[in-house]
Amino acid sequence: MSRLTPENVELAKQIIRRYPRPKSALIPLCHLAQEQDGHLADDAMVHIGELVGVTSAEVLGTASFYEMFKRHEVGKYCVNICTNISCQLMGGEELLEHAEQTLGIRSGSTTNDGLFTLEDVECIAACTEAPALQVNYRYFHRISNDDFDQMIDELRSGRLDDVVPPHGVLAKVRQDLAEEQIANITPPETQVMPRWIADEAAKNDPAASEGGQA
Amino acid sequence: MEQTPMSEKPLPTVVTEPVNITVDGEEITVQNGELLIEACHRNGTYIPRFCYHPRMNPVGMCRMCLVEIDTGRGPALQPSCMIEVTPGMVVDTKSDLVSKVQDGVIEYLLANHPLDCPVCDKGGECPLQDQAYSHGPGESRWVEEKRHYAKPIPISETVYLDRERCILCDRCTRFAKEVAGDPLIHFIDRGANTQVNTFPDEPFASYFSGNTVQICPVGALTAKPYRFKARPWDLQTVESTCTGCSVGCRIEIDSSRNHVLRYNGVDSDPVNWSWLCDKGRFGFESLEAADRLREPLVRSGETLEPASWAAALATAAEAINAASPGSIGVIGGSRLTNESAYAWAKLAKGVIGTDNVDAQLGDGLPADVVFGLPQATIDEVCKPGGTILYLGPDPKEELPVLYLRLKHAVDEDGARIIELAPAGTGLTRHSAVSLNYRPGELGQLVDSLVSGSNSTGENAALSTAAKLIAAAGDSLTVVIGRANLAENAQSVVAAATAIRDAVPGVKFLVALRRGNVRGALEAGLAPGYLPGRVSLTGGQDDQVAAFKSLWGNVPAKQGLDTKGILWAAAEGKLDVLILLGADPLSDFPDRSLARRGVAGARTVIAIDRFPTASVVQADVVLPAAGHSEEQGTTTNLEGRVTVLNQKVTPPGTARPDWMIAAELAWKLGGDLGVDTESSELWAELVASTETFAGAGVDALADTANADGIVITAEPRPLATVEAPHVSPTSAYSLRLVVNRKLYDAGASISRCDSSSALAPAQALRLSPADASPLGLKDLDRVSVTSPNGSLSARVALDSSVPKGTAVLVHNLAEADPGALVASDDAVCEIRVEVG
Ligand code: SF4
Ligand code: SF4
Ligand code: FES
Ligand code: FES
Repeated sequence: MSRLTPENVELAKQIIRRYPRPKSALIPLCHLAQEQDGHLADDAMVHIGELVGVTSAEVLGTASFYEMFKRHEVGKYCVNICTNISCQLMGGEELLEHAEQTLGIRSGSTTNDGLFTLEDVECIAACTEAPALQVNYRYFHRISNDDFDQMIDELRSGRLDDVVPPHGVLAKVRQDLAEEQIANITPPETQVMPRWIADEAAKNDPAASEGGQA
Repeated sequence: MEQTPMSEKPLPTVVTEPVNITVDGEEITVQNGELLIEACHRNGTYIPRFCYHPRMNPVGMCRMCLVEIDTGRGPALQPSCMIEVTPGMVVDTKSDLVSKVQDGVIEYLLANHPLDCPVCDKGGECPLQDQAYSHGPGESRWVEEKRHYAKPIPISETVYLDRERCILCDRCTRFAKEVAGDPLIHFIDRGANTQVNTFPDEPFASYFSGNTVQICPVGALTAKPYRFKARPWDLQTVESTCTGCSVGCRIEIDSSRNHVLRYNGVDSDPVNWSWLCDKGRFGFESLEAADRLREPLVRSGETLEPASWAAALATAAEAINAASPGSIGVIGGSRLTNESAYAWAKLAKGVIGTDNVDAQLGDGLPADVVFGLPQATIDEVCKPGGTILYLGPDPKEELPVLYLRLKHAVDEDGARIIELAPAGTGLTRHSAVSLNYRPGELGQLVDSLVSGSNSTGENAALSTAAKLIAAAGDSLTVVIGRANLAENAQSVVAAATAIRDAVPGVKFLVALRRGNVRGALEAGLAPGYLPGRVSLTGGQDDQVAAFKSLWGNVPAKQGLDTKGILWAAAEGKLDVLILLGADPLSDFPDRSLARRGVAGARTVIAIDRFPTASVVQADVVLPAAGHSEEQGTTTNLEGRVTVLNQKVTPPGTARPDWMIAAELAWKLGGDLGVDTESSELWAELVASTETFAGAGVDALADTANADGIVITAEPRPLATVEAPHVSPTSAYSLRLVVNRKLYDAGASISRCDSSSALAPAQALRLSPADASPLGLKDLDRVSVTSPNGSLSARVALDSSVPKGTAVLVHNLAEADPGALVASDDAVCEIRVEVG
């Protein structure tokens, strides 16, 4: 798998319609591809380039800026253990070491069964709950070694399926805008002032708002 | 002026609103709103920089140009490449703080820089090296390990990237996106790992990739043809003009020990803005092609045998002497300098006495049209806010730097292009409106556009185009040329005259492709004309008489063009065919006629640099000097005369074309009146024509004319031409378009190592709508049949090709569309069958 599936192409087209310029949909489409494949495959980037009208190099240039787009296969669960200062003080590095032992891999690699990728990361903004970690960007707070092992067991057995979807899935519910809710999707240079701003302006200065043109 | 490590010169002043600012204590007058870095440079203060390039939008990326600027709120450090001048601004470019900041920027840049200057091609002409000396701290405090990458990786067939040396100035990537429109390189990754790169396995395949090498301020980008060939201090440099096509970009020739090693673009404001296409930039490689002709050859039976110049010229002269003037034809001359073209015109028309002379190979436009239309320059076509009606060949493929200028006019200067083309081109995506016509039906389309009689509303694009044209009025400019070699020129000529008649004041840029085709025509290498557009038959008796007395003789009546010459030869009526750097077997659109013609001429004399398909059939072959090997002048498509300089000697005993003409004239008992230098011929041409009158040797040498001199002439009378009547046929279902690609099997380009592999594979491009009834998919093999011949080709589905049309590329190694085309037909109808 790599290029977007026909269903995802349909979704992609819907997403593109929400933006004044197709190119603006680039990042949402990278998420879509990552959701489909668990990572952002080269062929998907080519496909996205075709859909939004930019070169593959431009897609890569944008996507590679973001650490969270994985350009190689990762496990179903991406376990990020914080080792920045607060977590470090509270045992983050020891937790990382323990995780390496439990999973039998070094940080930065993936278990042979393709289930877990382990990474050490910088502050994930959960300092008050140190040591903290994320699995597929879902938080787990104040984790002890035992908590970690239990969490891994639960992930393996599927008991956490409701909490942690496979890597790449952004949210359980997909934002879906009905066609009629999508308004004013034109390039900035041709946009008109939205009705509610125009009305407001008219109230304040009746002379300034004729026609509601931007 | 101070040391200026970057080779780019400041932009010419565009006077808007003069204001005064103070720079380093001195008051200078600059134009309100221009960039401070430019204003300072032009007034003698060079502010160091890396990312700023005068021909691209500033990005403020490198911070090397920080200066202290005070606009009334106290001095503050600001990047001078991003700041527009305002009246009264006080600038300090040399304060202690500025020096300290420059030290810091250099130190940061060098932190990760490998400093492998001794093995770096850029060493000696490197802005980083130079500015580290002039504005850096002198000592490094960096003791850590530097960042490492694999040493140079190829990012295209020609360009190598050494990411360790890159300072991330965004010049190459900006160029690729903004200027070339091929954003195939990009910053990849983030933070300390940011690097320039391509998408995996998608090379930086841009026709303009070499420019990134020229503008990279470090040795990160290098071009294969020059890598490790020389050190800058070993190079000798001279300015010249590229003759790879008729745009005539200004270049610098760098040579060492009698070898041309590199061409660089020179910023000529009216022409190329320092850019070159890769075909032009690396075109010098063909000069040293292994099969370059180095000595004369004379046929003996089946083979061509080396001969002395004396023997070869004698054989040629004998054949010419034995023939009556009317049975002698000369084809070619667009590769020549103006001087050589004039020498050959004088030899053919004055000494030999034949008017069967044509610089074009049936793929251009008649001289009547070139001389008969009011002319526009590139600047006039690309003027801000202008409206351009484009009905020429795909400029990206045939006139690449003109394409860059058109693209810039649209993207940055609000110009609008209305493109009329038989199928999509590189210009389509930059056009406000692009209208496709069926081959043969351009006339109807133009009529409905300019006559105001179009069925408005029925076709929205058509009515938009008509409105744009009407709104432009006399500021409309038109680019005309041959978009389709499978249609004869009549439909284009008809369109041009229709536009001229309908839009008073309209001006034309005639987009003929070959290097000096314009100069060759103006110098008299066209049937019916003497130099300076003097018509043999057009009632200019005084001027004709003047040439008669200057030359001793002139032809009595108008002769044949290339098609006519080839017909005559095919019918056995031509005794001598002289090919002046022309290869009709590859270039004439009708292959069958070209074959019969070259085979039918009793004696073929070829003056050329390479053993082309036509040259190997010749009876006498005379080796000619090439670009950079001779002194002279050339004329670009606008009529701009510029100087060509010699830098190296021709190989073997090859010599300039004018010299060959002079010696042949001598053997024929004539005299071209030139002893030692081509400038004698130039002086004679300048003195004897009105067209070239302003472009004498002294005028060209004047630095005020560094960009050349545009010749001006009143348009000659040109009658309105009727569009060809094309009857619909049924047996043959599609109409053929034959166009060109930048890289093909052309004599020079196929002999450039860095370009020869880049020629695309031949494919019959078809609209999916025509392919699906036949069940065709990409790469399927089909046989293509026209009333004149057939060929086998693979199919490529292409939605930019309209239904009812099919496209083949001229002069590729396989599937020659010339087999299908007959030069008399207004259009070429074809039938496509599976298998
Ligand atoms: S490769 Fe050269 S031009 Fe491109 S960003 Fe690096 S330093 Fe600048
Ligand atoms: S556009 Fe033409 S003249 Fe300019 S560099 Fe290319 S081939 Fe040479
Ligand atoms: S340091 Fe670990 S979440 Fe902030
Ligand atoms: S030249 Fe101004 S920031 Fe680079």
